[in-house]
Order: sequence, then C-alpha cells, then structure tokens
Amino acid sequence: MWTWILVGLTFTLYIGIAILSRANSTGEFYVAGKGVHPIANGLATAADWMSAASFISMAGLISFSGYDGSVYLMGWTGGYVLLALLLAPYLRKFGKFTVPDFIGDRYYSDVARVVAVICALIVSFTYIAGQMRGVGLVFSRFLEVDINTGVIIGMFIVLFYAVLGGMKGITYTQVAQYCVLIFAFMVPAIFISIQMTGNPIPQLGFGSSGGDGVYLLDKLDGLHKELGFHEYTSGSKSTIDVFFITAALMVGTAGLPHVIVRFFTVKKVSDARKSAGWALLFIAILYTTAPAIAVFARTNMIETLSNKKYDEVPEWFSNWETTGLIEFNDKNNDGKIQYVADEAQNELTVDKDIMVLANPEIANLPNWVIALVAAGALAAALSTAAGLLLVISSSVSHDIIKKIINPKISEKGELIAARLSAVVAVIIAGWFGINPPDFVAATVALAFGLAAASFFPAIILGIFYKRMNKEGAIAGMLVGILLMLFYMMKFKFDWFGGGTKDDWWLGISPEGFGTVAMIVNFVTSILIASFTPKPPDEVQEIVENIRIPSGAGEASNH
Amino acid sequence: MTDKQKAKAYWKKNLKYLAILLSIWFLVSYVFGILLVEQLNTIRIGGFKLGFWFAQQGSIYVFVILIFVYIRLMNRLDKKFNLDS
Repeated sequence: MWTWILVGLTFTLYIGIAILSRANSTGEFYVAGKGVHPIANGLATAADWMSAASFISMAGLISFSGYDGSVYLMGWTGGYVLLALLLAPYLRKFGKFTVPDFIGDRYYSDVARVVAVICALIVSFTYIAGQMRGVGLVFSRFLEVDINTGVIIGMFIVLFYAVLGGMKGITYTQVAQYCVLIFAFMVPAIFISIQMTGNPIPQLGFGSSGGDGVYLLDKLDGLHKELGFHEYTSGSKSTIDVFFITAALMVGTAGLPHVIVRFFTVKKVSDARKSAGWALLFIAILYTTAPAIAVFARTNMIETLSNKKYDEVPEWFSNWETTGLIEFNDKNNDGKIQYVADEAQNELTVDKDIMVLANPEIANLPNWVIALVAAGALAAALSTAAGLLLVISSSVSHDIIKKIINPKISEKGELIAARLSAVVAVIIAGWFGINPPDFVAATVALAFGLAAASFFPAIILGIFYKRMNKEGAIAGMLVGILLMLFYMMKFKFDWFGGGTKDDWWLGISPEGFGTVAMIVNFVTSILIASFTPKPPDEVQEIVENIRIPSGAGEASNH
Repeated sequence: MTDKQKAKAYWKKNLKYLAILLSIWFLVSYVFGILLVEQLNTIRIGGFKLGFWFAQQGSIYVFVILIFVYIRLMNRLDKKFNLDS
C-alpha cells in the first residue's frame, strides 16, 4: 500500500517536471540550452551517475567482499577528481554537444568521430540494459507485478520524459530523483545505525561499538573467522589486482559519455568545475554511507540466520525465498541454517542484490521505510537510464545523421530524429531488460574498461598534448578497445582458447584490465604521433583556446 | 604581457596545481588505501583500522576536498590573469 502511494507520487512528480520543461530546440534537447545552475547540475550529475548498481548492488557487494569492495568506493568517486581537474572545464570551453563532437573536431577526422560514436553506443547500451532490469526487479518484489510488466512500465516513464524534455527535462527530473534516492538511502541507514550502535551518523556508527561494548568491525571480523570467511577488513584479492581495478573504474568513470555530457550543460567554464565538485559531494553522501550499510547488514544477517532453526526464520526470509534470491538447502538435515565459507557445508545462498532492498525488513523498520527504498531504487535506475538514453539518441541524430549522413538537415528535422532515436533506443533497452543476456553482469565491467581504454586517452591527449594528431589518436583508440575486448572475451566468455584465473596476465582480472589497455592506448598514440605529421595549425589553435576559460559562449551547432 | 604569453603563464600555473592535487589524490587512494593498507591497519582510530578507513571513507572525503580546493585556486587564477568568463 505504502509502496504504491510513494512510487505513484514520485512518478507523478517526474512527469510533471518533464511537462514543465519541454525542449524546443536541439540545443535544449542535447545540453539543456547550456543554462543549468552548477548546483542543479551537480545534483543531476549525481543522480545520472548513481545507477541501480550504486543504489541496489554496491552495498551488497561490499557486504560480501569486505575490504575488496573498496575498489568500487574509491574507483567510482576518484574518477570525479580526474573529471574536474582534467576534463570537464576544457570540454565545456570547447562548447559542442557530445563527446564524439570533441574527438571528431580535435582530430579533424570523421573516422575518429565514428570510432567514438561506436564506443559511446556500446558503453551506453550495456549500461542501460542493467538499469531496465533493476526497474523490473523492484516492481516484481515490491509491487508484486510481473518482472516484465515492471520493465514495460519503466520504459514508458523514461520514454515520456526523456523524449519530451530532452536534456532540459531530464536535468530537472534528475534533481528530483537525487532527492528521492538519497532520502531513501539515508533514512534506513540512520535508523539501523541508531539501532545497532546508538550513533545516528552511519559513517561514524560502523566504527563504533554495539550494545555489548565490542567494536562492530571487530565483531564482524570475529564472526567471519568463525565461519571460515576471510577477515572482513582485509581482502582476498591480490594488491596488484585491487590497484588495477580501482584505476580502471576511476578512469572509466571519467570517460563515460553520459557523465561527461552533463558538464556541457552549464553556462561557463568555472561552472563546469563547480558542478563537478557539487556532484562528487552529493555522490559522496551515498558512497560513504554504503560501506556502513554493508557492515550493518552483514552483521545483522549472520546474527539472524547463522545456526538458527529454519522453521523460526523471520518473515522477510520467506518473502525473498519466493523470489529465488535467497535459497536454503538443508544438506545435513538438521533443520538449522549453516552459513559457512566451505562450499560443501554451506546451506545458504543469498543474492548480493537484496542486501539494500531487504535491509529495512531485516532490521524490522516500519513499512513506509521499505516503500521508500523501493521508490529510491526506481529513481536511481530511471535517472541513469534517461541519461544514457540521451547519449544514445544524440549519438545517432547529431553525430551520425547531422555530422556525417546529412549535414543539411534542418534544426526541426534533427530534433525529430533525436526523439525518434530515443524511442528506438528505449525499445531496444526494454528488450534487453526483458531478455537479459547472460553477459549483462560481465559487460558492465566491460563498459568501464572500454571507456578507459578508448575515450580517456584520446580526450586527455587532445587537451594536454598539442602535438597529438589523428593518426595517433585513432590508432590508440582502436588498439585500446580491441585489446580490452580480446581480454574480456578470452577470460569472461571463454573465446580465443579461454583461460582461468591462473592465466591472467600479471594476475590482473578482466575488471582491472582496462587500466592496462589504457596504458597501451597512451603509448601507441604517442608513438604513432611522433612518426606522423603534426596536426594542422587551426587544430593547434583549438587546443590553445580550450586551455583558457574566458570566452565560452553559447553552444554552437556548427 | 601579450595574450599569448599570458595564456602560457596561466597554463603553466594550472599544470602545477594539477600536479600537486593529483599527487594527493594518488597518495590517499592508491598508497594509503591499497599499497600500504596492511601497514596502516596496525594503527587504529576508534573501531577503524586506518588503512581500511582510508580505503572506504577517508579517500572519498579527501577527493571532495581536493575538487573544492581546485575550484578556489582556479577561480583566483582566472581573476589574476583576467581570464574569467
């Protein structure tokens, strides 16, 4: 009941905002007319960036992996430092609409533009499929509709406000969605922190002691040891792997087109810097709370379930059992739940994704809090889906149709093309959400690796290395992407002879390989550029021009 | 100073800021949170082991501070060189 009311209210709000902020020109559709306030843009960027994965999955992932989960925390926030310092101000000064715009103009080449468009499309589609699935999951568990119906409802909502409002519409809906999702994330966290430690600030709470005077983290380390898991506060991954995964996620974050494009929407260069700062601040609120939730949930789960009689488990356990996300298999027929690290004796499997969603139920919080979490998860998934959708539609209508196929297309025609490609993209994304390919989970990591291996070096060199030319950049992007694809396919999909953990190069997992591919991209680009002709003078002038902040005018379509 | 010299001096200063801020960025995450995590874990603040705290909390706080410091430094630099828009 509560869930329907809250979800209904928030959806009405999003649609209302979309109707009020319709887009009337391509400038408004692609970059909200470049007039967004930096704080509003920071809020929108935060919602855009924090997807179903951040809201639903991340705390769960950390909960099950302890210290190893730090790669996500540092990786997905540290990228904003790179964005703010190395990318956002210069790309804003450059003043076009999309990332392929920059690559195409800076490297004076349609080949470079097409390579960039293809990367943008691959990255965005792999991402959006996951969002649609997240929407379906929330609907099926909390609103008790079929998961596919859930996906379709989500499709219609996103379609409505992204197609109608374009960037202008989604910016202001994302502001609202950030407020909904952060409220929904914090309320249960604060409640649980008070319950378990007496401290209302979760960031401090998980370093405090519980009612028994033992520090929570020490207690959890002890429980882990008892059950045979690795110690919570120290990891099981190798140091080199943690290092490379963190770097790949950071650089990948800075190279994601739907994040970069948000910095095109503000008025001036200094606003681009400011909104990166605000964005990270708003993101940090959730990202510093997530590890606290992870610890609370983990401790709660072990204490509630480990060695307890199956007949006496609380109601939430049975609720989630019906979704198949919790499974109990009484291997030794003693009627008790044995939850241990040893596969042969372990009787309980818990899907990582339910930790955040089930957390309020596990902690016995009131129903409206549970409903709030559902609304928050939907806000996180929808806001990211809308941002990605816009990148896809502008890639098609602006980078392909306007810049390559038909440069003479009218403003009106381009706007229609943008809306039509958004519709097609939603349908494809929805299809992926209903028929999720097995490789969705694997390809999300691929999306970061790809962004790191392709865009990031090309953009950085384009700004910081005047001598960089089209030959170097194109070669670098191609070598980077292909190497990354090869490694992922070999070790994730078992192609090219496959391989196991022991065959990883230097012990680096596919998730961390984006860093290697990025380094190879940098080296290739610089090497090739030093053997090939300098870029033309007017291009070198562009570079000098983007390095100084003054004179960033209105967006131009030429 | 000509416009060209001005732009050059501005860019040089900017690169210096970037070098300093990015060193701190590297230090708190990759050095404190990853490479030296075990050594730092022998130090404790309250219930946190220090290395673990840097990896899951401290680095993020420093990231936020770094960006806001950069905003301040650059705004001042823009004004000094008369390049603010």
